[in-house]
Amino acid sequence: MSNLDDLYREIILDHYRTPRNRGELASPPAVRVEGFNPLCGDELVVYLNVDNGVVTDIKLSGHGCSISQASSSMMSVAVKGKAVVEVHAIIDRFKEMMTLKERSLDDQGEPIILDLRTLGEIAALAGVVKFPVRIKCATLAWNTLAQALADVAPS
Amino acid sequence: MALGEHVTTFSARQVRADTPMLRRVVNGRAITYLDSASSSLPPRAVIEAISRYYELHHANVHRGVYTTANEATAIFEGAREAIAAFINAPGGADEIVFTHGTTESFNLIARSWGAANLGAGDVVLVSEMEHHANIVPWFQLRETTGIEVRFIPVTDDFRLDLSNIDELMRGVKLLSVTGMSNVLGTINPIAELAGIAHRHGALIAVDAAQSVAHLATDVRASNVDFLAFSGHKMLGPTGIGVLWARREILADMPPFLGGGGMILDVRTDGYVPAAGPTRFEAGTPAIAESAGLAAAVRYLSALGMDHVAAHEHDLTIDALTRLESEFSGRVRIIGPADAHARGGVLSLDVEGVHPHDVAQILDQYGVCVRPGHHCAKPLMRRFGLAATARASFGPYSLTSDTDVLIEALGEAVSLFG
Repeated sequence: MSNLDDLYREIILDHYRTPRNRGELASPPAVRVEGFNPLCGDELVVYLNVDNGVVTDIKLSGHGCSISQASSSMMSVAVKGKAVVEVHAIIDRFKEMMTLKERSLDDQGEPIILDLRTLGEIAALAGVVKFPVRIKCATLAWNTLAQALADVAPS
Repeated sequence: MALGEHVTTFSARQVRADTPMLRRVVNGRAITYLDSASSSLPPRAVIEAISRYYELHHANVHRGVYTTANEATAIFEGAREAIAAFINAPGGADEIVFTHGTTESFNLIARSWGAANLGAGDVVLVSEMEHHANIVPWFQLRETTGIEVRFIPVTDDFRLDLSNIDELMRGVKLLSVTGMSNVLGTINPIAELAGIAHRHGALIAVDAAQSVAHLATDVRASNVDFLAFSGHKMLGPTGIGVLWARREILADMPPFLGGGGMILDVRTDGYVPAAGPTRFEAGTPAIAESAGLAAAVRYLSALGMDHVAAHEHDLTIDALTRLESEFSGRVRIIGPADAHARGGVLSLDVEGVHPHDVAQILDQYGVCVRPGHHCAKPLMRRFGLAATARASFGPYSLTSDTDVLIEALGEAVSLFG
């Protein structure tokens, strides 16, 4: 089942079984944004604290499939403590990865036109593009995060 | 030899041989189609009826004078006759309204009969196990008329809770319930519910989208007032469905959509609607689909709905027993545990594995099941679930389908540990 191995990498299953940054933040001051994927009933709540242009804390609640849960968990790790400008860059790179077509994956299922080193363990989600209906699962957390950043009052 | 009118013994293997889609290979495996509750697979007879219509008889219906236009009209009106016979409609073809499907049928009941007959304070009683198609149109009607929408609760063992039904029926003008739950598989006691509704001076509408393809349907025997179903869940094509209602009820219902085909006369100062079912069929109807649906009804009649029901009952008992023994509690069935008054719909809750992941892993084995809330969110909330992975049988299903389902579920369980 090599196809499934591309999708369900060990690091993804690890984040699914042991999600990071679960919980809630007092809102306000935290921005609270809900994301939904009506296709599979995924619901995600992102709590975000931004101080002086830096994501100082992030918490997640909700439920969903392994891909949406792992993606949100990895996302929270990747952006916590980062400057907002950097977070926007990560979001852009992630979305770029999710729009790659299967033909642009190499033998190992890795995208060949994107430097994945900058994405760290998030690159494990690259295999999702082989399963088009699951792309929405993977992007839910990132779209919700983008909304939360947009909702942060300009200081 | 394809199954036709002359075959009297039911053979699921023959149905399988008659169904082209079941020859598909998916991800290197023969397809294992377990999503008939969502949409069923048409036999060759249905596909050929549609092709034959387009190759030989296509024309618009009702107004043409030329030969093929008359043939098209005869095919379309003949489909009404076939469907009326299939559900034993007391008033025959005049009681068969073609719609796009069950959803449109319920919208028609709500916007035509409901808007004309219900007002503030009147109650429409549905149940917690309804599909959204039998919930949302009533909420929409509530916005314009101020009706109350009330819900019959579902018991912990997945049945309608009728213990308090006389109290629930207070003020009810319409009881609108499913014949068979698309999530739980529960078969509801429709004749009994019709008796309750009529005793309280209410009418009863039945969502037969699931039941019509798996159980014999007899509107005369069950004594219901409205029946809604879809072609594509009963081996027919997509894009066509039926609303059946008693002739005297239909006769008093105002038109639904306006346009060509539904009128007797149009002048610059108004219009006169047509009588009979065409009053509700504005625009060019689904003619080719009606030919396909008539073929599906003939095919199911030749199989014998009692044989279909008995076959699927056996498959359900076998699957319930084996899922329990193979996975000893790791796979929970959201639906009645016994096969009594239950159809072949198995909503699975796999411990530690999200239904979307279950369906993804099963797909690698060529197994088609449906993850999600199945358009029954009040029911999912009732049982604290966001989604299930649903496997469902059709007349072409075999116990070997359950073998593959169990093999693939084993992979899902082991992958997620």
